Amino acid sequence: MIKPVLLWSDLLFFLLIAATFAGGWLAARTEHLRLAWRRVGRSRVAMAAATLLAAFLLIGVLDSLHYRERLPGDGENYAVEVRSALDALLTGLRTRQERTYSAPLATHLFAKESLEGDQGRDFPRLKHGGAHLGADTAGHGADLLAKTVQGMGVGVVAWLVLWLGFLPARQAAPHLAWDAVLATLFALCLVAGPVLLLAQGYHVLGTDKVGQDVLYLTLKSVRTGLLIGTLTTLIMLPAAVALGLLAGYAGGWIDDVIQYLYTTLNSIPGVLLIAASVLMMQVVIDTHPDWFATAAERADARLLALCAILGITSWTGLCRLLRGEALKLRELEYVQAARALGVSGARILWRHILPNVMHIVMIAIVMDFSGLVLAEAVLSYIGIGVDPNTVSFGSMINTARMELAREPMVWWSLAAAFAFMFVLVLAANLFADVVRDAFDPRASR
Amino acid sequence: MSLPMSLLRVRDLSVAIGDALPVEDVSFDIAAGETFALLGESGCGKSLTALALMRLLPPAARIASGAVRFADTDLCALSEARMRDVRGGKLGMIFQEPSSSLNPVMTVGAQIAEALRLHGDAAARERVVELLAAVGIPDPARRAGEYPFQMSGGMKQRAMIAMALAGEPELLIADEPTTALDVTIQAQVLDLLRALQRRRAMAMLLITHDLGVVANMADRVGVMYAGQLVEIAPRAAFFAAPGHPYARRLFAALPDTAARRSRLATIPGSVPPPGTRHAGCRFVERCGEALPVCHAAPPPWREYAPGHAVRCHLPALPVLAGKVGVTEGNPCGTGGTVADAAAPGGAPPLLAVSDLQVYFPIRKGVLRRAVGHVRAVDGVSLVLHAGRTLALVGESGCGKTTVGKAILGLQAPSGGALALDGAPLAGLAPRRMQMVFQDPYGSLNPRLRVGEIVAEGLCALRLPGDHAAQVRELLAQVGLDAAMAGRYPHEFSGGQRQRIAIARALAVRPGLLICDEPTSALDVSVQAQILNLLGDLQARLGLAYLFITHNIAVVDYLAREVAVMYLGRIVERGTTEAVLRGARHPYTQALLAAVPRIAGGGVEARVAGDPPSPANPPPGCHFHPRCPRAEARCRASYPDETTLAADHVVRCHFPA
Amino acid sequence: MLAYLIRRLLYALPILIGVNVITFALFFVVNTPDDMARMQLGVKRVTPEAIERWKAERGYDKPLFWNDAAAGTGKATETIFFTKSVKMFALDFGSADDGRDIAREISLRMGPSLAVALPVFALGLFAAIAFALLLVYFRASYLDFAGVVLCVAMMSISGLFYIIGGQWLVSKVWHLVPISGYAEGLTAAKFVVLPVLVSVLAGLGSSARWYRTIFLEEYTRDYVRTARAKGLSERLVLFRHVLRNALIPILTGAVVAIPTLFMGSLLIEAFFGIPGLGSYTIDAINAQDFAVVRAMVFIGSALYIVGLLLTDISYTLADPRIRLQ
Ligand code: SF4
Ligand code: SF4
Repeated sequence: MIKPVLLWSDLLFFLLIAATFAGGWLAARTEHLRLAWRRVGRSRVAMAAATLLAAFLLIGVLDSLHYRERLPGDGENYAVEVRSALDALLTGLRTRQERTYSAPLATHLFAKESLEGDQGRDFPRLKHGGAHLGADTAGHGADLLAKTVQGMGVGVVAWLVLWLGFLPARQAAPHLAWDAVLATLFALCLVAGPVLLLAQGYHVLGTDKVGQDVLYLTLKSVRTGLLIGTLTTLIMLPAAVALGLLAGYAGGWIDDVIQYLYTTLNSIPGVLLIAASVLMMQVVIDTHPDWFATAAERADARLLALCAILGITSWTGLCRLLRGEALKLRELEYVQAARALGVSGARILWRHILPNVMHIVMIAIVMDFSGLVLAEAVLSYIGIGVDPNTVSFGSMINTARMELAREPMVWWSLAAAFAFMFVLVLAANLFADVVRDAFDPRASR
Repeated sequence: MSLPMSLLRVRDLSVAIGDALPVEDVSFDIAAGETFALLGESGCGKSLTALALMRLLPPAARIASGAVRFADTDLCALSEARMRDVRGGKLGMIFQEPSSSLNPVMTVGAQIAEALRLHGDAAARERVVELLAAVGIPDPARRAGEYPFQMSGGMKQRAMIAMALAGEPELLIADEPTTALDVTIQAQVLDLLRALQRRRAMAMLLITHDLGVVANMADRVGVMYAGQLVEIAPRAAFFAAPGHPYARRLFAALPDTAARRSRLATIPGSVPPPGTRHAGCRFVERCGEALPVCHAAPPPWREYAPGHAVRCHLPALPVLAGKVGVTEGNPCGTGGTVADAAAPGGAPPLLAVSDLQVYFPIRKGVLRRAVGHVRAVDGVSLVLHAGRTLALVGESGCGKTTVGKAILGLQAPSGGALALDGAPLAGLAPRRMQMVFQDPYGSLNPRLRVGEIVAEGLCALRLPGDHAAQVRELLAQVGLDAAMAGRYPHEFSGGQRQRIAIARALAVRPGLLICDEPTSALDVSVQAQILNLLGDLQARLGLAYLFITHNIAVVDYLAREVAVMYLGRIVERGTTEAVLRGARHPYTQALLAAVPRIAGGGVEARVAGDPPSPANPPPGCHFHPRCPRAEARCRASYPDETTLAADHVVRCHFPA
Repeated sequence: MLAYLIRRLLYALPILIGVNVITFALFFVVNTPDDMARMQLGVKRVTPEAIERWKAERGYDKPLFWNDAAAGTGKATETIFFTKSVKMFALDFGSADDGRDIAREISLRMGPSLAVALPVFALGLFAAIAFALLLVYFRASYLDFAGVVLCVAMMSISGLFYIIGGQWLVSKVWHLVPISGYAEGLTAAKFVVLPVLVSVLAGLGSSARWYRTIFLEEYTRDYVRTARAKGLSERLVLFRHVLRNALIPILTGAVVAIPTLFMGSLLIEAFFGIPGLGSYTIDAINAQDFAVVRAMVFIGSALYIVGLLLTDISYTLADPRIRLQ
């Protein structure tokens, strides 16, 4: 029936998740890392933030399981459109398109239009929003209320199920801040329940200019944000770590060359370097349409290229940090002792230097995430971000930017994009904060 | 215990950090004009006690209970604003690290003037110069305009003292005031403190870990252990007959001439961490005299003699036997002496260093050309025979560590030749020589298990055999439990870490161990354990040691030969006996005179000033600006070696 | 000191050359001029002649590095590399797609950029330091905690939100200042106020939080304890000792940004219609005017390098440990 499609970004994303699990397994066996993560786990703030991030991650993962649908008729023909598991789950939201703007939970379009026949100008009835109410929309308010209350009920039940599901985990690791996890889940359920029910009959966050459901768009943006926030760091990490440590440990001309490299890259204003690179990459993509089978693949290539460009422009900071640290570690007595024992340079880097800078790397990964999510929005807004076909917070804001100037104002697309982005970034920032404190060796002493 | 005219009266003072009480029920008095020394090893709570008196505890700590009366004021009851008048005005304080305790971006004069103004002295400028002159800073008017980094360590400590004196305090709290300084400078600063105290009739609370400093400075002594005062006594009584078993063991653990070449007494185990619940005496686990009651009930204060009180269950002051506290047997079967084989006749020395030079270029100008050199090591020659110990002595910055690293191959020499067993050597020789470093915390990688650390050399050199078994054996050899191989360094105390470091060095079976101040970061009782261990290992494995240190007492105890370094060169060398008992070079003599000894006699600051920079050594004899015997000839030429006896060589124009 | 400065200047040269090579590679090696022409002209009008004309108009019809057809030194100078890259060192940037001289355009647009960027820099620095000082003065209290939470929340909000929200509230709802635009002279003030406020607010959270940690770290130093032991009040300890030491890294760290202020801010200028270099760059990006983007990259890097130099100098001046050695 369907043909699974593995986009490059999916592959990398899943690899990253696998690597995280592998890293977690390793960390559990390494004492100081386990201790640091346990400190993170004891923090209520961190656990609440982690729960939110996990919810976002779930959306991202669902949206990364791509496939192409088989076209009706015989033969091996598949639709050109690439969909994801999330699309399949949200088929209702995706397909219930209106003609243009409608406010959240509305039953009518947002602007008056001349109606068919000769009935003058009025707000046309929505095709889907509140369709179950029939022509008469008198019961609108009561219906909303009823659905909300029912939804909350569903939410509470779902939460209770989750609560039961968490029991074994809580017994296995009683020192973690499970209360914060459950409280966050409760809040999530309480919001998600009503949204779920309401979304069956309404556009919970309204529709945009071409009538697409804003809730659907916002959920689709999550994956883009996550990818940019994580893949970028992943791409730059090997170079930053290898070059930084090498420069600091080896010194001499190697140090000079590496320093020259990152000072030069660093001296080009970031946005301009990104702009120039994106422009050039656009030319490459446009002049080679034959490289990509589907539009999704092209958009995906551009997304990855953006991550790579952001990575290339952002590794210098971490590199410099690690160089300084390696310079310090090189003089430490245990490194001297290793040298006296005839341990080779490569082995010293691997055994003595790298493990002692891992906390810096870890902190950099989590600290960079939120900054990158925010940067994506700005870059897409300037027009040097993701492909216009890729749904992202930035492109949502970009398409909606003139809407505030309309009379009356259309605020919901912007508000939805900003609100989701805020929650995501806030959770990431709070989490990063706790991680930094937990891994900072000064704090643990 | 209470003196009639006490200036400071501390009663049942306890300091809490979280649930733990790192200072508990401390009571003592200080009379006007008196010096009271608070003696204890690291972590015993002596510094916290001092900070609590000033109400300057770090944010995590607080005064849990107790009373502090100064003259007629209850310091604990004062408002923060009133307390500020007391600080600096009534109680002055100086700290251990002069370089970090002064504001780096304010001139010294401004920092002193600030204190003067606070305590109502308007004519600050002249007073600053006056104060600087009073603490013995030459050219005070110019020095007042300098920043701390422009001064030497001793100078900074003097400036700190001047600052503390600005408010004319009645009590000066000196928290390890000389620990960060070299001995010759320490002697100068102690001299100064004593003179100031006498002149100003100021009381002093001296906090230190150094029995020698106490012997030379204090009127009365309080000994702290694990957060409690365990003994209070007048100095003479204390040094004649220390009462508490802990204090007596401290004396026995001191390496000094008396104990030369016999095993040192050690205190087994380590100080219980703060937060431990104690049912009885805190010292009971380590005490040789423990009675059954010691486990059950906290010991009471007992007054053994007027003014001499001890917190112990022992009913009376025990007779101080000659062999107090020797708690271990003597495993090394050499009749209780540290083995130090006699020189084998004829065979080439294990290590021969001739004219070793290590220069670091000073680069200046647009093209960073070398315009000169820091001559860290400037023509050092040494000979070390197998199974023997040679001590390289000198103050910080004299180049002794660089010598060690250059011999080992960690630092490329600029000139000179090295030979091992007669064969020339360049670069590393990991299987022949190894090093034990100073800092027990920095010398073990915190991310590796002890087993991996010890096996490092075995793996790196791909040595044959079962590494795990060898690691177990090595750990046992240095007195550690083989089961500890799976643990991480942070679970070990400083002394245990140093044992691990020694095991790591021994793993590749070297014939020579270069020990770079291996005990200077350790407490006296732990230092004794490590010195004993080194002695045992030498006897058993026939190791030779190049022992780099600044601690004369350790040299005297351990080494057969000594070389004294000053500014990159060896100024005197010979047998320990000849050099330490019959020093002929003025610098060696000054060094020896500056060591505070328990036996009294007083420290003597024989040299003034600081060592010059090795980047710009004085012409002629490097020592002449500080030398009491210097004459015109000394300024003109560097003295050649004068051989005084077969094994005693000195570089001085006028060897005394 | 002078030798040091000269050395730094000499060091800047290879960096600038490096930047030049990178940009050249990015613009001419990754894609051939033909590719760029094809893309800019659009699919429909692409004929070989149109491409040749497009290239000739912009001077892209020469070989990249070596011109065999030319005579004498022309072999080296009649190339894209020489005309487009090397000439930048002489501040010759050529002309934009609309035919205007880029260097002239840049000099005209620096003023408006500075009119916004300079107050943002000064006010932002001041506000962040003041806020951080407030938090540090009340450290370990609920005020401090609330302040930190506020900072984290503020830095989690997208910069776009500050701009859009600010425009909507101040201009559209309250009608206090025009939404966008610019005027010369004093009237500029009313156009500049909102962008300045918005940028300061947008940057406040992260910098105040960062400065707070710097201050707090300074508080743990030994010399602070010494100052207290002298009997100094908390206020004096904070202002005379902690602030003075912490300001050295903060101010010298900020200095690096001063020269790049000339570049303006892309976002702010685009949103508020300020005819500065930022909006110039944005327009060039949107119009895919490669010549302008290349020129801006070069100028930006040159200014950044000047900034590095200034940082070194200011560090030397501010810290006696370096000044006097
Ligand atoms: S009370 Fe007992 S255990 Fe404690 S020091 Fe005295 S004799 Fe030893
Ligand atoms: S040579 Fe002269 S200056 Fe040098 S130590 Fe001997 S007497 Fe002193």
